Amino acid sequence: MADVKVDKSIDARGSYCPGPLMELIKSIKGAEVGSVIEVLSSDLGSAKDIPEWVAKVGHELVYNEKASDGEYWRIAVKKVK
Amino acid sequence: MAKNVVILGGGTGGTMVANHLARTMRSEIKRGEISVTQITADADHVYQPSFLFAAINHARIEDYTRPQQSLLSPGVNLVVDPATKIDTGANKVITASGATFPYDKLVIATGAYPDFNSMPGLAEVADNFYTAEGTVKLREKLTNFTGGKIVITIDVPHKCPVAPLELVFMLDELYREKGIRDKVDLLYTYPIGRLHSLEPVATWAQPEFEKRGINWECFCNVDSVDPQKKVVNTLEGSEIPFDILISIPAHKGAQVIIDSELGDEGGFIPTDRYTLKADGYDNIYVLGDATNLPVSKAGSTAHYEADVVAENLISELRGLTPSHYYDGKVFCFVEAGLNKATYVSFSYTKPPTPTPPTEMIHWFKLAFNEMYWLSARGIL
Repeated sequence: MADVKVDKSIDARGSYCPGPLMELIKSIKGAEVGSVIEVLSSDLGSAKDIPEWVAKVGHELVYNEKASDGEYWRIAVKKVK
Repeated sequence: MAKNVVILGGGTGGTMVANHLARTMRSEIKRGEISVTQITADADHVYQPSFLFAAINHARIEDYTRPQQSLLSPGVNLVVDPATKIDTGANKVITASGATFPYDKLVIATGAYPDFNSMPGLAEVADNFYTAEGTVKLREKLTNFTGGKIVITIDVPHKCPVAPLELVFMLDELYREKGIRDKVDLLYTYPIGRLHSLEPVATWAQPEFEKRGINWECFCNVDSVDPQKKVVNTLEGSEIPFDILISIPAHKGAQVIIDSELGDEGGFIPTDRYTLKADGYDNIYVLGDATNLPVSKAGSTAHYEADVVAENLISELRGLTPSHYYDGKVFCFVEAGLNKATYVSFSYTKPPTPTPPTEMIHWFKLAFNEMYWLSARGIL
């Protein structure tokens, strides 16, 4: 994770609607190919539904991990097409 | 010399802040110590939630339209002249007519707008109920529909996140009443892996869809539309044919925000989630759909934010420390057909827990449609 250059970080903690995945989709659409977008989410479901969407669309999951304080997840995705 | 408060935007958030300020600070305004100016592009104020009901001919938009001036407290100067530039260096706003409005405090409530040019083919063939013109056109198609496939697609970001779900329930019941439901294929699509971003709403909606024979496709993000073949192509690789395509396209921020380079890539202003100040500007507040906050773009969001912005402005103008914080609160009614509704209420820290739909909540929603004008005036 330390070696990854994050181009944009979205703080979606506390977001129930539209929610972290919707925030990610919005940012990925507007990003350049090759960009890495990071999402901070306090929703346990994000750790599952973001990788599921990323796999379906064909982007790359860079990391998916719990923050050191255990209160939220950091998930980064690289736009590959 | 008077301190100038300039409010950009004549929608829910801007109007509530203007009225709250003018009523609370009427003495300072009378003494010429404070001036409150609201700048808007439109002389009329339209209650946009009426579009959902108007699309199926259960409401008339003209009944939910009032002159903006009639909603304002005495003490608010209304300027109907679109803002074209915000000069944050010189603390002034410039309008289309060339007029200049210097400000000590600026409130930005310029909204979000569906962008039908956000993907190829969409503008040529898609219908919508997110604009007044689109709603009138869609009403004719929906009320004259005799059968075929209606597809609802949703892009991000968009305002009023439950409206597409409400519409599909209403269409299901409309065509049942009409006796042609067996000839109508309703397909609701959604960008993520469930029927709504609010998990409890998705959990409630799915068995309802199954019971009513409403079809759905999740993980469905439109990539392009072929207007000739009448087919939607998705990022996930689906090809979806349609007879009527009801699109909720990606929204973008107001042109003045984009032209003033105050927004992110979508024209939404980076905003502190608690204080509602624009990042990097101590004298600019942002509220409603204009922010980049990860909360619903909805009238109720603007309503709760307006209270925070107005109270903090009053404190600052009176030399006190602002002490109100936005907690992410949102409240939305959810119509579950033509005669029942539920609601969701949540904040940054409190998840929603919808209750089963009832007829009473539906009537409360219809009552609020009429009471809205009291909210806009800052009374309710």
